[in-house]
Amino acid sequence: MSALGVSAATSVVVILWCVAALIGVAVCAILAKGRAAATAFVYTVSFVVTAVATAIALSHLLEAPASPAATVLPAGLAWTGAHFRIDALAAFFLVVVNLGGAAASLYGLGYGRHETAPERVLPFYPAFLAGMNLVVIAADAFTFLLSWEFMSLASWALVVAHHHVAENIRAGTIYLLMASFGTLALLLAFGLLAGAEGTYVFSAIAERGAAPPVAALVLALVLIGTGSKAGLVPLHVWLPLAHPAAPNHVSALMSGVMTKVAVYGFIRIVFDLLGPPVWWWSMLVLGLAGITAVLGVLYALMQHDLKRLLAYHTVENIGIIFIGLGLALAFEANGLAVAAALAFTAALFHVLNHSVFKSLLFFGSGAVLSATGERDMEHLGGLIHRMPQTAFAFLVGSAAISALPPLNGFVSEWLTFQAILLSPALPQWGLRLLIPAVGAMLALSAALAAACFVKAFGVSFLGRPRSRAAARAREVDGFSIAAMLGLAALCVAGGVLPGVVMDALGPVARDLVGGQLAVRAPDAWLPIVPIAESRSSYNGLVIFALVAGAVLFAAAAIRIFGTGAARRSPAWDCGFPDPSPATQYSATSFAQPIRRVFGGMIFAAREQVEMPRPGEMRPARLRVALRDPVWEMLYAPIGMAVSRAADRLNPLQFLTIRRYLGLVFFALLSVLMVLALWP
Amino acid sequence: MIRELAPFGAQMLLVLLLAPLLQGITVRVKARLLRRRGPPLIQPYRDLARLLRKEVVLAENASWLFRAAPYLIFALSWVAASLVPTFAIDLPLGRSADLIAIVALLATARFFLALAGLDVGTSFGGIGSSREVMIASLAEPAMIMIIFSLALVAGSTALSTISVFAMSPEVGLRVSLGLALVGLIMVAIAENARIPVDNPATHLELTMVHEAMVLEYSGRHLALIEAAAALKLLLYMSLLACIFAPWGIADAEADWTAWAIGGGAYVAKLAAGCVALAVFETAIAKMRVFRVPEFLGVALMLGLLATLLRLVSRSL
Repeated sequence: MSALGVSAATSVVVILWCVAALIGVAVCAILAKGRAAATAFVYTVSFVVTAVATAIALSHLLEAPASPAATVLPAGLAWTGAHFRIDALAAFFLVVVNLGGAAASLYGLGYGRHETAPERVLPFYPAFLAGMNLVVIAADAFTFLLSWEFMSLASWALVVAHHHVAENIRAGTIYLLMASFGTLALLLAFGLLAGAEGTYVFSAIAERGAAPPVAALVLALVLIGTGSKAGLVPLHVWLPLAHPAAPNHVSALMSGVMTKVAVYGFIRIVFDLLGPPVWWWSMLVLGLAGITAVLGVLYALMQHDLKRLLAYHTVENIGIIFIGLGLALAFEANGLAVAAALAFTAALFHVLNHSVFKSLLFFGSGAVLSATGERDMEHLGGLIHRMPQTAFAFLVGSAAISALPPLNGFVSEWLTFQAILLSPALPQWGLRLLIPAVGAMLALSAALAAACFVKAFGVSFLGRPRSRAAARAREVDGFSIAAMLGLAALCVAGGVLPGVVMDALGPVARDLVGGQLAVRAPDAWLPIVPIAESRSSYNGLVIFALVAGAVLFAAAAIRIFGTGAARRSPAWDCGFPDPSPATQYSATSFAQPIRRVFGGMIFAAREQVEMPRPGEMRPARLRVALRDPVWEMLYAPIGMAVSRAADRLNPLQFLTIRRYLGLVFFALLSVLMVLALWP
Repeated sequence: MIRELAPFGAQMLLVLLLAPLLQGITVRVKARLLRRRGPPLIQPYRDLARLLRKEVVLAENASWLFRAAPYLIFALSWVAASLVPTFAIDLPLGRSADLIAIVALLATARFFLALAGLDVGTSFGGIGSSREVMIASLAEPAMIMIIFSLALVAGSTALSTISVFAMSPEVGLRVSLGLALVGLIMVAIAENARIPVDNPATHLELTMVHEAMVLEYSGRHLALIEAAAALKLLLYMSLLACIFAPWGIADAEADWTAWAIGGGAYVAKLAAGCVALAVFETAIAKMRVFRVPEFLGVALMLGLLATLLRLVSRSL
């Protein structure tokens, strides 16, 4: 029995009831037709339900029962039914989903009041939460795909909630296309996994495994299917368009949580269903992940739209998570169970961390948006004076995502580095050469992320206001601030007490990769020691205490030996202060050195200066031209090919009935031929 | 417990007290090389004491972050510097952070320094911050690659273990360690804003980076930032000393005499480092800002090469 009085076996039933409650709320929201009370009702109930689900999932994870909780409902495919199951992996991801959901619902209680079209958001919001929960507990292919598609469609409806903006419609269309494409790939993957006998239940698939060539094909399809949802380069193009288009608490859910559900899908299929991995799979995953991490952050650095910048950072962090997963595959394939557990734990830790700080940052950008009406950083500035609590929470999130100690983002990247340093134990030369290179990419992306968040926080919150809207901003409501500060506290807690999180992740790693890290010694100082103390150790609590002590020491020393006197005066600026806020560094100019170093190669960045002739009164102009290599090299040609093919096939629309019948006949004949010749 | 923590506390005090001396020696040797007399060795201490007693002049729109940042920067740099073994290895709490975490602590300090540069909203602060993060975005990966190569040779990222390994006979002369040494020196020069990357002696030059960021600081805030910069210089020198010149360092079961020998050796190593730095800075000219990426690119390549060499052969 758990602390909540719910036995392990019934936790799946409770989660199913939570899902039912969320869908019930969605129906109520449709009936309410955007009445004023509906907003408070929907978010309150969503908050309560997700909080309960978090508690249930957490107790299941910590209790770590030997057998997973499972149930079968008489729905879904007639001969199998709908299977649901909560094992350690599902419990962990349920925590991630519902924790993010609870925070977003709390935030929505305040932020949702500014919504201009609540009837387009309220019904889909709880449905989206329900869909994500269902994906995680689904235990057969049919239920999984159905829930996956339900989640996609609900989030699509939220992306196009503000359908009057042409940009959002374009984002929605591209998202729908990519989501359908991803689901198609997953459908084919499950088809291959099910084989000729058609075993769709996960436990049966896992027992059966897959033959090596089929397994490789499944891996490729799963990378496409889950990678397109998670935002792996080059399948990320929809993400920076769609995530910012939704209302902010939904952006937080899409970036912080839905991408993690995609990671769950990848882990479930590749680590659980596919059987023992082959070493070269990890090369594929690691290569893609390294490129994703670096390209994601470089794209982010080039942005000056705050929400789009955050969305590109999601791409980067997905890269970091997949680096951990790729390492886990490499170690598992070579039977190095403890190293695999370390890499896997690092990836899962980063999943949790990213869901926390990315939600926090999207909430912060939402607070800025509702206070100023601006997403463009070039029109912000000086908000720290007018929105101190939001600024503080955003600062904590920025430091956490930049992998700075003593916060949580650092711990997961540190664990990933420790896993990378175990690579000489691998026998394959390809991996031994690739993994240090991926390590360099990880280090580069961490350093660039710090640069990017100096820019995001510095330009939006510091300096002088660049527009009247920014100068007149007001602090946002209490619910929003509570949600942000709560997540900021989690960022600190995860960084100061990482051992607690790692111990909780132990059963997941044991189930999936067969190894387990040494459980933290009951030491009063709580250090984390991945392999051995002589190798490496980190103690967030001691570091935090030392830094706090050093700050106090400095303050005390100044009190005794110095003076606390201070006086306000105009800025010094080397004797040439300019009153115009336009003379400050902007987001574009801040990124200029980095654009010059990296942008020329990757984005073909060009800067054009237009100087007026002497005597002319018009201002000089600097134009920056960037090109998106992925879009131009991959998507634009595909789009061209599709429209050309459509032009070619256009005449088929204008045939006589005789010819149509002929076409139908030939189509039927060829299908029957294929069936007849199929071995 | 107090007894256990005393050596670590001594190390914290030692680095704090020694840090300004490093700047004193460097400035003095540089002046001598230019046939000037130069300020006395204790001048940096006097400067800090004077700054502490002065009133702070805050820009009108400086925020709480601007006032809090110097304390954080100082505390982070101090903690990072005292986690590097100085006179002894394996001090209690010394294993709270490995080399990666120490570098990350410095990155946190830099994060707040760059934000402080943007806080007042002046163009000088912006130019400094923007260039600082550009330099960091190359210096940090280079540093991580150097750490990788060291960790692959020594089998650990914990500095105490690396130090023990460096003293053992199996270390020998290795190409990868040589490359790592050169790379680490290059990163150290860039991180400490020394010539040829940045010039610590000037405030009014368009190519400056570090000094532009701290332009608006005065009084006790400036004192804390100057102290943090001195601690960072000391950190990199202790790092070079404990990895590449660990002679004399006291081991885990040492008594007071061994600690005293370790302390003496440590001060001697620091003094030698300062003289070398002064000679190097006098002999070389500052480079343009956009040559810095090439400089650090070389460091990154050296780190990568050292790592790959180690993977190709165990003896290289």
